[in-house]
Amino acid sequence: MGLKEVLKPLGAWRQIARKPHTILVPKVHREAAERYRGFHVNDLGKCIGCGTCAAVCPNEAIDMVKIEGIEGKKGDSGFRPRIDYGRCCWCGLCVDSCPTTSLRMTNEYIWIREAPDDFVYIPGYDIKGFEQKEKGYRKDKEHSFTDYHRVPMREKEPEERLQTFAEVVLGYTEEEARKEADRCIGCGLCISGCPDRMHIPDYIRAVASGEYERSVNIMYENNPFAELCGKVCTRRCESYCSLGNEGDPVAIRWLKRFATERFSDLKEVIRARKQELKDKSVGIIGAGPGGLTAAYYLALRGYKVTVYEAMPEAGGMTMAGIPKYRFPLPSLKKQVEFILSQGVELKTNYFVDPEKFRNLMEIHDAIYLGVGLLKPWKLGVPGEDHPNVIYAIDYLRKVNFNESVKIGNEVVVIGGGDVAIDAARVSRRFGAKVTIGYRRRKVDMPADREEIEGAEEEGVEIWEKIIPLRVEDAPEGRVKLVYGKARMVDQGPGRRPKPVLIEGEEYEILVDRIIVAIGQQADLTFLPQEFAEKMEVERGRIKVNERQMTSISGIFAGGDVANRVADAISAIADGLRAVKGIELYFQGKS
Amino acid sequence: MSTEEVRLFIGPQHPGVTGNMSIEVLLKGDTITWAKTHIGYLHRAFEKLMERRIFIKSFPLVCRICVPESDTNEENLARGLEELADIEIPERAKWIRTLVLELSRLQMFIMWYGGIAGSMGLSTPVQWGIGDRDYILDLFEELTGGRVYHIYILPGGVRKDLPEGFEERVLKTMDLIERRLPEYDELIMDNAVEQKRLKGLAPIPKEWVEEMGITGPVARACGFPYDVRKNSPYEAYDKLDFDVITEDGCDVWSMLLVRRREIDLSIKLIREIVSKMPKGEFLTRLPNVLYWEIPKGETYVKSEATRGEFGYYIFTDGSGKPRRVHVKGPSFIHGITLLERLLVGQNIADVAPILVALQICPPEMER
Ligand SMILES: Cc1cc2nc3c(=O)[nH]c(=O)nc-3n(C[C@H](O)[C@H](O)[C@H](O)COP(=O)(O)OP(=O)(O)OC[C@H]3O[C@@H](n4cnc5c(N)ncnc54)[C@H](O)[C@@H]3O)c2cc1C
Ligand code: SF4
Ligand code: SF4
Repeated sequence: MGLKEVLKPLGAWRQIARKPHTILVPKVHREAAERYRGFHVNDLGKCIGCGTCAAVCPNEAIDMVKIEGIEGKKGDSGFRPRIDYGRCCWCGLCVDSCPTTSLRMTNEYIWIREAPDDFVYIPGYDIKGFEQKEKGYRKDKEHSFTDYHRVPMREKEPEERLQTFAEVVLGYTEEEARKEADRCIGCGLCISGCPDRMHIPDYIRAVASGEYERSVNIMYENNPFAELCGKVCTRRCESYCSLGNEGDPVAIRWLKRFATERFSDLKEVIRARKQELKDKSVGIIGAGPGGLTAAYYLALRGYKVTVYEAMPEAGGMTMAGIPKYRFPLPSLKKQVEFILSQGVELKTNYFVDPEKFRNLMEIHDAIYLGVGLLKPWKLGVPGEDHPNVIYAIDYLRKVNFNESVKIGNEVVVIGGGDVAIDAARVSRRFGAKVTIGYRRRKVDMPADREEIEGAEEEGVEIWEKIIPLRVEDAPEGRVKLVYGKARMVDQGPGRRPKPVLIEGEEYEILVDRIIVAIGQQADLTFLPQEFAEKMEVERGRIKVNERQMTSISGIFAGGDVANRVADAISAIADGLRAVKGIELYFQGKS
Repeated sequence: MSTEEVRLFIGPQHPGVTGNMSIEVLLKGDTITWAKTHIGYLHRAFEKLMERRIFIKSFPLVCRICVPESDTNEENLARGLEELADIEIPERAKWIRTLVLELSRLQMFIMWYGGIAGSMGLSTPVQWGIGDRDYILDLFEELTGGRVYHIYILPGGVRKDLPEGFEERVLKTMDLIERRLPEYDELIMDNAVEQKRLKGLAPIPKEWVEEMGITGPVARACGFPYDVRKNSPYEAYDKLDFDVITEDGCDVWSMLLVRRREIDLSIKLIREIVSKMPKGEFLTRLPNVLYWEIPKGETYVKSEATRGEFGYYIFTDGSGKPRRVHVKGPSFIHGITLLERLLVGQNIADVAPILVALQICPPEMER
């Protein structure tokens, strides 16, 4: 140690001439980094109030609150996150979890107010002035907590499919199912889209954790056709899955399929509690999914139930309509048998005519009408009564009941719904060349997208904007469809464009069969006149109240015959609702 | 108690104490005859809080166990959970993590370098340390979105990739810091006062190192070549070229020398990491974090923090929350076991430099 150690430290004086590290806030504004985690902003139009941000926040800084101007609807809870900056630690976990990517952070970090309450606010609603800031922490979708990619469903190759009526869809493996189920963030918004309000996040989480038996039991709380729905449900729920806003919705339907398919004997699995027997009986007309659902839950509640079905098998349209490559017979039998095992009596080949109806009214304390829509709509064009014009539901019923049908080598299917697609794909399996003629555009087709794609993969050709004009006889036992073309006329916002015939043009197609699939209607001729007079019918559907009771006290109805959303899950929901309605009716409360 | 002795509490409100703790001492004149560390001023119960949280929610929490060097906590917890959940992370993630850890060590050492001078009343380098450290915090801000609490290392890898041109800015900052270091050296190392006060101060008997489990720069100042980065390499440390730094004096001055050399080593390692940074993915997708359950198991993971060996003992029971997490901060040993014995016989004026030399961080004792 010497003089050096005394003098050297004096070098620090050099600093005096240097620029300081510090800046003068607020005179100088320092822009924070591009990904800085500063105050939040939320795109309220994009946010769906799923509450995931609140669920993941480690500090419980987020409350979901109701705000004026935003109403809850399907797929949107109507709530929005409010953040308490007295608790927030700016971790951004909320941003990384937000499935819609509506929530992000700005790089704004200075905001001075006197009132502490100013620091509890609803981003996007309480305007703070930094909403327009572009910079700040954002979610990178591929590196976040949300998995936007669905585990693809494996299917048979199109060539192989055409050889048989075996199921097209191969199903998830256990690993695939658990991975897909784990994508669910549990927000429950899908429930708002399910007519039957199934406990979707619960049974999906049970699949994710490998508790399949529990999963199926949750499903059976309000749906005794869970496997049916796992295969062919219209899956309205999936349209409201929060992941669907920015990616693939969770494969809710396929997960239901996976869980239910694991068990061949439902009696070993479903722990349904049967209540003690009550001395009331219910007659159910029609063994479709709606009628059988009502039967199942009524039986569990201790009522005596008899189901009357005109066809030789139960299942309604799921037996007679839906083709077996989508819904195999053993699956239907398994579900129906379990329902019957709860003490439901089924009478098949029992067509209820007016006489029998009067009798049923005598012997039962309540009646449920689940008679569906059995009568096809006609095209209403000249020549339609040609023997080569057939109707899809008749055709499909014959196929499903193994009756012989001849369709020849070439068919044209008229229609754009699921029934039209089914008729087309079934015809392909019989080796026919199939064309679908639809009066609107392909994008307007009400059929399920996956079904349309499946049909095209199998070689079905889809012609758009086809308007049938008349049917003419053709040589060699064939038939001619004369048709015009439509142009689409805009009907204003929110409405489907309307097809309008282009006058003066005519085209024709020569085929062996014309299959008409433009919809079905109710056939209520089984009602005796004194009942038919009193039964209110609205635009072809039986009118019911919120408990499924018709305008005649003690007569309930549901499913296709009453519900304009004609699908299995709506029929199931109606059946379940009717059970509550019937019970209240018995208790004299309605 | 003899009337010649004075009982004194140093801290918790005392500028020379390195955080919320106090040291109760008995003094004979200026000499300490007995010392006791008191903790309990923080009461944050990190470990207990973790037991009630799903795994992901612990990350914004654990970084607070050591404010100035938060990344060690994130990295340990992430690595431990990855091990228990059997998650393999991408190579690039390991290198980015190593970069973050070294940057974190470097900024901590720089701040410390100023701090040791400050503990003896030389406050200029304290400001320098804080100022120069901020250039590294700028890098953190750019990389992670946060300056102090980064919440950047999560199970599966890291949260975001390196921004465009980040490596060059890291290298530039290294050059800047390297240019500044001689000025610190002049003011601290080459300073007669510092030398006089620190050389030979508070020598640690070598046998205490193993007896008490002393680690980090304190152990290395006693000649023990123990460095977790070398002895049990993690992330990308096994692919880096470096030797463990040791000194032999066992005193505060040797601790200063070790840390001064660690600064150079960190700069060297950061440059090496940047030059070897592999391309590719930086994150392995985790299961759904809201429902993430980790199989039953236990593990102890550790890393080299600037203060010594930092470890996480994690016990999972198959549920979505840890059954038990125990955080082993080096300050527990250095601030209680060692400090209480080391202070005996020391001058009261040296308490502050000794505390800084042992680099005691109270939240590590009160997890
Ligand atoms: C070809 C086709 C494909 C379909 N695909 C799907 C699909 O993929 N997904 C989906 O969700 N839905 C689909 N549906 C619709 C679905 O099948 C129906 O919405 C559902 O079956 C309606 O159930 P329900 O209980 O109301 O009546 P239905 O299933 O129509 O059953 C009514 C039952 O009542 C019986 N019945 C009627 N009158 C009498 C009487 N007087 N006496 C005794 N019995 C009588 C009938 O024989 C029939 O069995 C499809 C329908 C068809 C035709
Ligand atoms: S996670 Fe996103 S979409 Fe869901 S409530 Fe929060 S901000 Fe809205
Ligand atoms: S940034 Fe973190 S603490 Fe703040 S609201 Fe979001 S999740 Fe909660």
